[in-house]
Amino acid sequence: MIAGLLTRLLQGLGVMLVVGLLAFAVSTKLGDPVNNMLGQNATIEEREAMRRELGLDQPFVVQYGKYLSRVVRGQLGVSYRLGVPVGELLAERLPASVELSGMAMLLTLVLGVPLGIYTAIRRGSLLSKVILGASLAGLSVPTFLTGLLLIFLFAVQLQWLPSSGRGEVVSIGPWTTGLLTASGLRSLLLPSITLALFSLALLLRLVRGELLDVLHSDHVRFARARGLPDRSIHFRHGLRNALLPVVTVAALQLGNLLAFSVVTETVFQWPGMGLLFLQAVQFVDVPVISSYLLLAAVAFVLINLVVDVSYLVLDPRVRSTVGRS
Amino acid sequence: MDRLPGVVLLGAMLAVGPLKAQTFRYASTGDLLTLDPHSADEALSNSFKNNIHEGLVRFDEKLEPEPALAVSWKNVDPVTWRFLLRKGVTFHDGTPFTADDVVFSFQRQRSKNSVMASHVATIKSVKKIDDYTIEYVTVGPDPILLRNLTEHFIVSKKWCEQHATTEPVAGLKEETYATRHENGTGPFQVVERLPDTRTVLVPYPKWWDLPNKKYAITRAEFRPIANAATRLAALISGELDLAYPVAPQDVARVEGQKGFRVIKKPELRVVYLGFDQWRDESLDMPGSKKNPFKDVRVRRALYQAIDVEAIHAKVMRGMAAPTGLTIPEGTEGYDAKLRQRYPYDPAASRKLLAEAGYPDGFPVTLDCPNDRYINDEAICQSLVPMFARVGIKATLNAQTKSKHFDKILRKSNNNTSLFLLGFSPETADAMATFVPTMTMKGEGAGAWNAGRYTNPKVEELVEQIRVEMNQEKRRALMSEVLRIHKEDVGHAPLHEQLIIWGVRDGVEVTPDARDRVQLRFVKMRK
Repeated sequence: MIAGLLTRLLQGLGVMLVVGLLAFAVSTKLGDPVNNMLGQNATIEEREAMRRELGLDQPFVVQYGKYLSRVVRGQLGVSYRLGVPVGELLAERLPASVELSGMAMLLTLVLGVPLGIYTAIRRGSLLSKVILGASLAGLSVPTFLTGLLLIFLFAVQLQWLPSSGRGEVVSIGPWTTGLLTASGLRSLLLPSITLALFSLALLLRLVRGELLDVLHSDHVRFARARGLPDRSIHFRHGLRNALLPVVTVAALQLGNLLAFSVVTETVFQWPGMGLLFLQAVQFVDVPVISSYLLLAAVAFVLINLVVDVSYLVLDPRVRSTVGRS
Repeated sequence: MDRLPGVVLLGAMLAVGPLKAQTFRYASTGDLLTLDPHSADEALSNSFKNNIHEGLVRFDEKLEPEPALAVSWKNVDPVTWRFLLRKGVTFHDGTPFTADDVVFSFQRQRSKNSVMASHVATIKSVKKIDDYTIEYVTVGPDPILLRNLTEHFIVSKKWCEQHATTEPVAGLKEETYATRHENGTGPFQVVERLPDTRTVLVPYPKWWDLPNKKYAITRAEFRPIANAATRLAALISGELDLAYPVAPQDVARVEGQKGFRVIKKPELRVVYLGFDQWRDESLDMPGSKKNPFKDVRVRRALYQAIDVEAIHAKVMRGMAAPTGLTIPEGTEGYDAKLRQRYPYDPAASRKLLAEAGYPDGFPVTLDCPNDRYINDEAICQSLVPMFARVGIKATLNAQTKSKHFDKILRKSNNNTSLFLLGFSPETADAMATFVPTMTMKGEGAGAWNAGRYTNPKVEELVEQIRVEMNQEKRRALMSEVLRIHKEDVGHAPLHEQLIIWGVRDGVEVTPDARDRVQLRFVKMRK
């Protein structure tokens, strides 16, 4: 098992190297940051001086080498846009993103699993059909549109909820939280619903599909033949066996919510990492772009690792194959 | 301050509760980058500077220079300017303002890392005469010194030394204390700054101009809201008092909403097309050994193929002012007599092309930004069929501004044949457009001259204008530059775009022609 974990970690390191290279390569192709950094009045000479200062005049390989050696030493550089160390900047935005994606994940699990079970067990009912229909919309309507519709309805027409921002936040050490103030909670509602819709629909359909599969398998038929009550069949024999792929997908969805809430954060002007990333792309803020992508890679590697470990714990079959290889 | 504990914030909110009617809440597309007035030269950051910091001179509502931290000035000789400083002025931390701060601020703004050095580039030296008198010596006679001084911001010497921020940072290398803290002399001081989230200001109770103050607000909250639809929603749901800019297509939505209105005003910016006038062979015609745009007849043909009224009506929905000049109205040196455009005339255009040896037209790539000016991509899209009508086969290359400017400016060797640009003379003086966009020689020339337009006569006139102190003569020289440039069809102007702000009724605010919200002119009805 230790060997298996080590292999995974090494693979993770490989992934990070590739992502690092890609992130850096992409961010140097986004345009010229110098024009965004210097004002309209800067002369041609001043622009070139700045380019030299940033090392942008050097060949790609040299730039990448320098970047890599800095990252290895834990220096992510300083934002071209805000003049603030990137590490600090990401740490500042992390709480907003974590709370948003955490809330979205909570909504996904709390609603997705029960609704999935319901639609699997009560396959023919009208309510099931409505839920499945709605979930199709959740999968297909783009996030920015859902976000704007919610804003239009709840902020503009009904004026119940704020249209954007994070509301008042409370600092607890280095963490800022909007969960302890009324305005913070109110502000969290629309963006977290918007963000949750896709993963909610996905999870719901997955739970339903898996559960239907399991309910048609031999051991469930056997349990039925034994005359066990429905409740026991559905939950003890059915759900437990259906959950394994659900855990994987749910965990990867968490990674997605955390790393790619860019659209939701932009629509709601949510001061998290996704918004920071988008602004960085527009400004060609290379240090922020590459660090963010690297961080996203770290998150995914870690989440995958946790999923793998949970497999080892949950499923004896996986344990034996890993042990043999 | 970076961040207040929530409890204090809540307390502060309760404390200002009764005055809520005078809290002015506004939003724009992005956030200011830094509070350091010498560390960023970018539209939104610049628009904020005058709320917090001041220069010896400031612009009034009509963008004419008036005394601020100086009470008066006179020329000892053509290059020596003596300024009498205002007494009794204090910085926001209470430190008195003296000549030492001016000397220090000049050095700071001119230092290597400053991005605002261009505004003091003509000043050779500064000398303290006594605590309330200083002398600037300029390189040559400088007719626009006063305008430039409006962007020469005074910071406290003592405060900067105390916080180890005697030099600005040009958006790189490190963060300094001045990135998130300020100590200006201006009408407002920052009480909360959460980058990309919120910046809160309150009036400075010891501001020197308080007796004549024109603002009526007790607090201002600025928020960046990047998404135009969200910004509009925040305005009409009552969360904002002012949102800017409003897209032309959203104007009807705001005007149709009870309790809201739209303020429109021509911006100090002209959107125009430029041509590659220096390559011997056009980028789009490899192997031809020809560059059509070197011929003035071709430039004129392209100009006259533009149906500017159609762009005005359809693309801009009437919210632009078509012009034949690259200098916007309201600029020193603007000449209304030259505003008339060459008429839209496809027949004449085709004839000119035939005369120039291109009866069947030629191919060209039209480089265009898609997120910089109002409806920029749509303007370019509408130009393509207009050019096709006279035989010019234009291919549109619309991309984000970082890539657009990367391509057309000097870094990529002006890698363009035909491009769209919108330029604003920020000092409201024509020279701010002439030098970077219409010359290739001399100090500061050519940075935005992506087509490398040059004319020996214009170069010579610009050198004369630089040092001409007589306003009448100077204006005449500027008119001459505009006349020659128009005759050369150095660029093909389209229009001045409009400043479009959405405001709540009860808010009185006058847009600055540079699209800046000056808090000292904002009034709210109680």
